[in-house]
Amino acid sequence: MIAVIDYGAGNIFSLKNALDYLGIENRLVSDEDSIRNADKIILPGVGAFPAAMKMLDQSGLTDIIKEEARKKPFLGICLGMQLMFEKSYEFEETDGLGLIGGCVDKIDEPDLIIPHMGWNKLEVLNNCRLLDNIGDNAYVYFVHSYRGFCGDEYISAYSEYGGKIPAIVYDGKYAYGCQFHPEKSGETGLQILRNFINS
Amino acid sequence: MLAKRIIPCLDVRNGKVVKGVNFEGVKDVGDPVEYAEEYNRQGADEIVFYDITASYEGRGVFLDVVRETAKKVFVPLTVGGGIKTVDDIRETLRAGADKVSVNSQAVKNPQLIKDGADIFGSQCICVGIDAKKIAENKWTVYINGGRVDMGLDLIEWVHTIEKLGAGEICLNSIDADGTKNGFDIPMLKAVCDNCSLPVIASGGAGKINDFAEVFEETGATAALAASLFHFRELTIQEVKAYCRNRGVIIR
Repeated sequence: MIAVIDYGAGNIFSLKNALDYLGIENRLVSDEDSIRNADKIILPGVGAFPAAMKMLDQSGLTDIIKEEARKKPFLGICLGMQLMFEKSYEFEETDGLGLIGGCVDKIDEPDLIIPHMGWNKLEVLNNCRLLDNIGDNAYVYFVHSYRGFCGDEYISAYSEYGGKIPAIVYDGKYAYGCQFHPEKSGETGLQILRNFINS
Repeated sequence: MLAKRIIPCLDVRNGKVVKGVNFEGVKDVGDPVEYAEEYNRQGADEIVFYDITASYEGRGVFLDVVRETAKKVFVPLTVGGGIKTVDDIRETLRAGADKVSVNSQAVKNPQLIKDGADIFGSQCICVGIDAKKIAENKWTVYINGGRVDMGLDLIEWVHTIEKLGAGEICLNSIDADGTKNGFDIPMLKAVCDNCSLPVIASGGAGKINDFAEVFEETGATAALAASLFHFRELTIQEVKAYCRNRGVIIR
């Protein structure tokens, strides 16, 4: 069973629809036991980093997520991926879950249209399970104004938008993150979700 | 590199697809969920549903259409028409929309943009604008499906929208809409040059060349068309293949 963490941060219906479509057993959860008992964990989220982190703290889920993400497959999506970093500078400095070494900050290039919204190409840096059966010319759907900054060792794939934006990050063990929305990235996105389920 | 998006728009009334010409004289043609699936197969980068239902009951049927589509189509779904309050936005997102498009109500109550962006995030607030030329390089904003001139300067409105936290603009030219003579390049240029938000070009697409032209001549990041795709004058694959051959970055 996949636990989709529901902590009030944004639109999780699309993700649930995609998992249901793939025939993957999933539940929206917001308590420690469900996270501990799940086979795999997905942390979705849209909105602002400080507010989302506060909601996780208030739900008392921060510690259990940090713990479980080191024991079984974990996938952070969009803001959920950004929360995996050590800290963010969105509005104010806020600590994250610390699963990926690095920080989150504004996409800050002159003359760039913000948000980074639309389909961008995945450029593979370090292969990982999420990229199984994903072709060379794969596009995925992004919408975000902040981005991760981390060492190449954490980056499985990046996309070019005013620099190399980490698109898929991986801690080398169980924790994966996608800056894009696999649940909105057509066949490519569905395949990435399948790959996570099979990981 | 970020690809330019090709977006089909489906007008829906009482749960059925319709298409008005210059906003008037619509006729029923079919099941919106089937159309959305077909567009998805053709490679649509995003799908827009526009609700032109006037009644409360019709609204429920429309949201059922959104709900059904969101279970089968896994590209971004933008939903517009009849969104007046934060509760309307919430209800629409809960039905499975990824973004809402607000138009007339945003002009009447700009706070709706700010409240929506604060609560749900800028990424899901697209502001639709209907504008018409009044002088050289000057346009005003219309509401109620292009029927009422608000006397509001287009560029001024774009600046306001940006400050309020919108995530995207869908710019429809009333002059070009329904003419099939191509997108309104001067208007799109003026808006793209005056804001840093993504802009969707709408109104006027009639030939395959119009799509390549709007991407070559303006900063628009997406192009939207309704009847052209709806009546199969062009397929989305054809448009995308043509643009790609012209050197436009396309998924």
